[in-house]
Amino acid sequence: MVFAAASLKAPLERYAAKLRSSPGVSVRYSFAGSGLLAAQIEEGLRPDVFASANLKLPRRLRSHGMVQTPVAFATNRLVLAFAAGSSKISSLGDLARRGVAIAIGSAAVPVGEYARILISRLPARLRRAVLAGIRDEEPDVSGIVGKLSQRAVDAGFVYASDVTAAGGALRAVAIPASLAPPVAYAAAVVNGTRQAAPARAYIAGLVSGAGRRALAQAGFLPAPAP
Amino acid sequence: MRARPWFGPLLVASLALAFAFLVLPVVAIFVHTAPAKLVSSLGDRASTDALRLSLETSTIAMVVVVAVGTPAAYWLATRVFRARAALITLLELPLVLPPAVAGLGLLAALGPDGILGPALANAHVQLVLQTAGVVVALCFVSGPLYLLQAQAAFGAVERSLTDASRTLGAGEAATFARVAVPVALPGLLTGLGLAWARALGEFGATLMFAGSLQGVTQTAPLAIYAQFASDLPAALALSAVLVAFSAALLVGVKLLSGSRSLGLAAR
Repeated sequence: MVFAAASLKAPLERYAAKLRSSPGVSVRYSFAGSGLLAAQIEEGLRPDVFASANLKLPRRLRSHGMVQTPVAFATNRLVLAFAAGSSKISSLGDLARRGVAIAIGSAAVPVGEYARILISRLPARLRRAVLAGIRDEEPDVSGIVGKLSQRAVDAGFVYASDVTAAGGALRAVAIPASLAPPVAYAAAVVNGTRQAAPARAYIAGLVSGAGRRALAQAGFLPAPAP
Repeated sequence: MRARPWFGPLLVASLALAFAFLVLPVVAIFVHTAPAKLVSSLGDRASTDALRLSLETSTIAMVVVVAVGTPAAYWLATRVFRARAALITLLELPLVLPPAVAGLGLLAALGPDGILGPALANAHVQLVLQTAGVVVALCFVSGPLYLLQAQAAFGAVERSLTDASRTLGAGEAATFARVAVPVALPGLLTGLGLAWARALGEFGATLMFAGSLQGVTQTAPLAIYAQFASDLPAALALSAVLVAFSAALLVGVKLLSGSRSLGLAAR
């Protein structure tokens, strides 16, 4: 059982399909916001692997003795996304326009935390306008993607890989490197699992192997060398 | 008749199992965290905003549901026509829909890209991401519960009473207001209580259709979900309030319906 960040859904399912082709291997997933998954582990749920959209949550669980040392396996970029065909947004500055509705992740999920870091780095006027334009705080990134593709909001902060996964439905505005927070994914074997060896093999495949290739295909970037 | 000495104990064992299973999680909400911490967590701004919003939106939804549902249920209960059973089944359908399906349906119907989206935009009505959208979601999921109960309550009104009212010269409206509604009142209030409890617990349709923003669309169940990942005592405290409120509604319903069994009013 793998608890994984919602943004990892597409590549990890492809990875699991690859793993299933070898006999005796089966992977099951629970995808949700990393913060919710971490809270579930803290409340006593015991998956075999926890794959988080940040380093902070697995490190916190490590310090509580609930998981083994986390392994960084991918990075991503935060982008400003909007529905294809929408003409309201073509730059970060457009967020300051009146009536632009913005969705971000809630403070408990990495995608929301990254967005808040980014917003805090904006020039004061734009920052105030963006904060006033936030109409929705979703519990995970798939909720933001849903609201964007339904045009319930005009713009939202999601990962570059989410825009790739949405096919042609979403467009993205890149965020200048000076503003963008680094987005790193880390996975850890959960303490007490009876599947420690397969769990380690699963994580190794994310760093270099079928998982790595599935991540690259989905628009994720490799983790920086440790 | 052969004696079945194990049957009595089996009944008791089943009841004990059901009781332990159904009551333990409710009790656990109150004992998982120290009571003092629960009470102090309730002062959290996000919690008070969520409770206020839940009370406001569910109250407005109940006013709408009663105002529209009472006459509609009366009509359904007193008329005989061919497609009646099919119509009633359609009206009850939202009751058994998964909330996420209800949310998606509302988006597809009333969202910006939905069937009525352009018409609503022309009329400058915005529902998604607005408090009004929460009310719409609550009406959609709780309305059928009231309709169902109200219809059963009106159906149970003695025909001779309404007939007598008409014989004495009262019109249809007067018969409805002075005879049918007063007689059916306990059943109507039962429906209201159950619909209200359902509205207070609504989660999926609200999240999908109205979103989640503190003070605007984040009702108590949404706040509980958000706080689970960040502040468990606050989530438990808010849960405890909802348990108390729902229990009060349930007891109210039981008292109103008196000796009659809870659930579907006797036909």
